[in-house]
Amino acid sequence: MSRCRMVFSGSGGQGVITAAIILAEAAVLWEDLVAVQSQSYGPEARGGATRTDVIISESDIHFPKANEPNVLVCLTQEAYNKFYTIIRPGGLLVTDTRYVKTQRKVDARQVELPLFQRVMEEIGKPIVLNICMLGAVVGLTRVVKPESIRKVLKDRVPPEFFDINARALELGVAMGRDAAS
Amino acid sequence: MPVRDYIRERFFPHLWCPGCGHGIVMNALIRAVESLGLSKNEIVMVSGIGCSARISGYLDFHTLHTIHGRALAFATGVKLGLPGLNILVPMGDGDALAIGGNHFIHAARRNIEITAIIMNNRIYGMTGGQFSPLSGYGTRATTAPYTNIDHAFDVVTLSLAAGATFVARTTTYHVQQMIDFFKKAILHEGFSVVEVLSQCPTYFGRKNKMGSAAEMMAYFRDHTTPIGSKAKKENPDLIERGIFVHKELPEYCREYDKVIERAMGKGK
Amino acid sequence: MKKNVRFVQGNEACVEGALYAGLDFFAGYPITPSTEIAEHLAYRLPQKGGKFIQMEDEIASMCAIVGASLTGHKVMTATSGPGFSLMQEALGYAVMAEIPCVVVDVQRGGPSTGLPTSVSQGDVNQARWGTHGDHAVIAMTASNHQDVFLMTVEAFNLAETYRTPVILLFDEVVGHMRERLVIPEEGEIPLVERLRTSVPEGVDYHPYLPREDGRLPMSDFGGGHRYNVTGLFHDMWGFPSTNPGVVKGLLRHLLDKLNNNTNRIARYKEYFVNDAQVLLISYGASARSALHVVRNRRPRGERVGLLELQTLWPFPVDVVRDLAKAPEVVLVVEMNMGQVLQAVKLAVDDPEKVFLANRFDGSLITPTDIRNILRVIQGKGI
Repeated sequence: MSRCRMVFSGSGGQGVITAAIILAEAAVLWEDLVAVQSQSYGPEARGGATRTDVIISESDIHFPKANEPNVLVCLTQEAYNKFYTIIRPGGLLVTDTRYVKTQRKVDARQVELPLFQRVMEEIGKPIVLNICMLGAVVGLTRVVKPESIRKVLKDRVPPEFFDINARALELGVAMGRDAAS
Repeated sequence: MPVRDYIRERFFPHLWCPGCGHGIVMNALIRAVESLGLSKNEIVMVSGIGCSARISGYLDFHTLHTIHGRALAFATGVKLGLPGLNILVPMGDGDALAIGGNHFIHAARRNIEITAIIMNNRIYGMTGGQFSPLSGYGTRATTAPYTNIDHAFDVVTLSLAAGATFVARTTTYHVQQMIDFFKKAILHEGFSVVEVLSQCPTYFGRKNKMGSAAEMMAYFRDHTTPIGSKAKKENPDLIERGIFVHKELPEYCREYDKVIERAMGKGK
Repeated sequence: MKKNVRFVQGNEACVEGALYAGLDFFAGYPITPSTEIAEHLAYRLPQKGGKFIQMEDEIASMCAIVGASLTGHKVMTATSGPGFSLMQEALGYAVMAEIPCVVVDVQRGGPSTGLPTSVSQGDVNQARWGTHGDHAVIAMTASNHQDVFLMTVEAFNLAETYRTPVILLFDEVVGHMRERLVIPEEGEIPLVERLRTSVPEGVDYHPYLPREDGRLPMSDFGGGHRYNVTGLFHDMWGFPSTNPGVVKGLLRHLLDKLNNNTNRIARYKEYFVNDAQVLLISYGASARSALHVVRNRRPRGERVGLLELQTLWPFPVDVVRDLAKAPEVVLVVEMNMGQVLQAVKLAVDDPEKVFLANRFDGSLITPTDIRNILRVIQGKGI
């Protein structure tokens, strides 16, 4: 596996940081990979443009920020406008069709997915959008196995919410794999 | 045990001025401890900075002479560290209520079992006679040469509002009462405050033409009265002496023991 | 899943290290970016019978841990710049009264409220000289979570060995980022426990009379020896003294006990230093970027090495002087205006060849930043 540098961005409260932590933890605990997760944020707990960086690799990671990510996810227009230019040429840019209108062209593979719409149709709980997004990233990149994510969810999510999270993950993985093929 | 056994004679003579009220407070404190039969090893005295704070050096307890205003914060660490100890914190009025005011109200709010003794001589003595938050409007001090425009705290109402569960006031003239209040405060399971009006003939007395130490003590005799007395009704300017509150509320260290029980119940 | 492997923030690695070292009393006040340390300890300490208290401010937090240390506990507080400023007076008290304690400062941008959620290493000199008066102090740092854990354990060990406060200078990047931590087995890292006096009750115990090896055995409050602790200059009994001989003796003792052991206290890591033409000297999060440069440029034939400092104070003068002899360029990499740079210049034989690669805008210094500055120094232009 080559080094995978990812940035997830969105609005505070959407759970992009949680998604990044789950992904990186899955890589470290269940696949014996090296991963570093970091975030930058303002003072607000909700709203604002949140950014979290995840690097997953087979060897040591020193500089912890993904300055030129090869995977960029934007879940809000504000995040998209702020971050779309940082993507590494030839990278993968994932956006949600409901929240983001992609305007400018970058040298990246742009994948627009109706994540929010499908989550609402099939699960009905917007709170699991982040896990669906994570599933899509895993489906697209195969950076870790979906089963590793499931194991972390089992450990981190309260039992009464595990089911909807697992379903959101499955949904996202399927959407990601469809888009990848 | 003879009173002498409670003092560190090696460190005498003390630094207090002739006529200072603080020696009377120290004397009453020793007698209170002696009559309760407490072991010297169970007592930690924590003090800050000022004339009053020097008490800790002279007494043969575990003594922690700290920095200005922070005695109660240090004392909180000692008490929570080893809740079985009796913690006595003698403070001056500036130490307790100016620089240390925040720690004072928060220690009271927590209701941690510490006995705070405020030796109120209405002046900063060690630095040479500056006004304190208890000097009061219209008094004179080296930093109030045109008379003081700062209003004073009322230690009793402040303590009550902050949540102290034992609050008493007396003076250096009323030594038997002082011993009695100290005993009750030490036995009280919660944060206790004893305010002792104490004379500083060198600075407050001189600056405010209060006369000699003996005259200042006579002033305490003549201008104070038991809580709710007939005299108070007739003359509202009299300062009340007595126990203003003495009530049971959950004590901090005992509550923390319950936190430990809860944590261990769900601990891994 | 492997045993003892965790994926945590640096602040949590600090908590794990502290608990491993035997921490059982913490007092603190919330402040970004150190708050997670207090949150985790509020949860973890009572599970092992330890005590956590949230105080009314950082001044009180520092005071409370000193008080608790005297009752025999291993104690810690954690804060960031503004709170660290408030702690300085009581920190000086702990220096003077020789109270073992650990103070964590997870650095953010300053001065003043500065940049609450952004990284900086601007408190290096505050750790050295934050409290007033001549004194010596120990300050440690780390760049990754395994080392955060290890340096935290070391901090407790050094605090007990030398009866002194030890400052852990972490930073927002290391404190907040998450990476792997492997928690060592019990006994894997040796722990230094409190040295208590063997003087029996009833026999005179001199709390401030150092043994021949310079160490001062303690006696817990509540025990059989009653003595005085003060922030004033004091004699062997702990009683205040203004006697010039007593004053001189105590101040010498306070400085010598650390400065004479600088090499024993020095913790550092070397990467490709032996043949380095360019020696990077760095610490904390900056050292991650510096190491990135070294790992990246070595395969291309560039003789770059890194000295990563983990003990900042007392400054490891001998180590720095020796390693800086051969290289043509010494480049200090840090996120401030040159605080360690000054110490390096004082340490080396040829200060003219010491340069600074820094960043102080709240962003983590990048490998590109370092390379660009190095190119300029080497006359290659950006």
